[in-house]
Amino acid sequence: MFDWFAQLGKNTIEFYARLGKEVLLFIQTILSFWAVILRPGLIIQQLYSIGVRSMLIIIVSGFFVGMVLGLQGYNTLVDFGAEESLGVIVALSLVRELGPVVTALLYAGRAGSALTAEIGLMKATEQLSGLEMMAVNPVERILAPRLLAGIISMPLLAAMFSAVGIFGGYLVGVDLLGVDEGSYWSQMQAKVDFDKDIVNGVIKSFVFGIVTTWIAVYEGYNCVPTSEGVSRATTRTVVYSALVVLGLDFLLTALML
Amino acid sequence: MSNSRRLEIAVGIFVAVGIAALLVLAVNVSNVGGLNSGNQYTVRANFDNISGLKTRSAVAIAGVTVGRVVSITVDPVTFEAVVEMTINSNFSEVPVDSSAGIYTAGLLGEKYIGIEPGGAPDFLEEGGVIRLTQSSIVLEKLISQFLFSQSNDDK
Repeated sequence: MFDWFAQLGKNTIEFYARLGKEVLLFIQTILSFWAVILRPGLIIQQLYSIGVRSMLIIIVSGFFVGMVLGLQGYNTLVDFGAEESLGVIVALSLVRELGPVVTALLYAGRAGSALTAEIGLMKATEQLSGLEMMAVNPVERILAPRLLAGIISMPLLAAMFSAVGIFGGYLVGVDLLGVDEGSYWSQMQAKVDFDKDIVNGVIKSFVFGIVTTWIAVYEGYNCVPTSEGVSRATTRTVVYSALVVLGLDFLLTALML
Repeated sequence: MSNSRRLEIAVGIFVAVGIAALLVLAVNVSNVGGLNSGNQYTVRANFDNISGLKTRSAVAIAGVTVGRVVSITVDPVTFEAVVEMTINSNFSEVPVDSSAGIYTAGLLGEKYIGIEPGGAPDFLEEGGVIRLTQSSIVLEKLISQFLFSQSNDDK
């Protein structure tokens, strides 16, 4: 009987201890941003490996998602004789939802897993302890530039995704299916609001950028320093990122709608 | 050196493309910089019924959008709907005896406010009130009136 309570208490305490450790590390990382800004070379390096190398997958997927939206939207709208609204459907679903969410999922798979594996391997090969031995703070040198680069990259990637997707929808809708070009753009411009829709999407992608990069960096920093531990941490990064992004997406949508 | 330079160029392109995409979204996809920019003035109008009108609905003169609905409230005394709208200052010479009506764009389209200019020499100003209003047409009421009149004719 008491064992059960003891187990419950132990789990609760451990959960909060972990949470507290994570929050402290997060604050510490945020606070060391200023040290990173003084060394922009570090950020540029990370922007390259996180942002630039994710560009291809984001742009190609955005293009195809936009084309599929164009096809599906047209087939539904044509029944109501409202195929002129295709631009609105494509633009709103991309800017508000699919842009930030799909970009975050792809980003977690492409950049997040790489971050976890990189940092986890640094830990497994004791490079992190080595840095500490040389009086270099690994939070400042390793975690902060990666987190900052991720936060910068994510909104830019999501914007690219949406823009390319809208162009893909345009190609399918206007060039292939014969929707009027003028109404595609003008209806879109009439219905898509900058403050409500686009800023909304940018806020979402910004939050997703913080969350997915942080999960990746934390899992790597906190993994069991063996090859199995690194592989598990990488898996956890992708799974947690996907779950948190989808959950947060609902919350953010409900808050900002 | 050349390696780090290539890195910087790649990152520069990445950031530029990202910002360009944001700009495309802002300028080409949404309606920023259109009516929202520039000076505008606020006028009020009371309606018996505004069903279907929303904040941010269009305000049009001769079918051309000149402003937006800002807020819709209910007057606690008269129980009329008080609609506040902003009109772009380019259209500052709207006569005070203009009338405002709530119309529908197409049969199923969105509601908007149409302003019919009057002939008075004075113009609406900031905080002005449009006195002549025509309420939104409630389709259900029309249909039920039509049906009732039909059944009365049958007798």
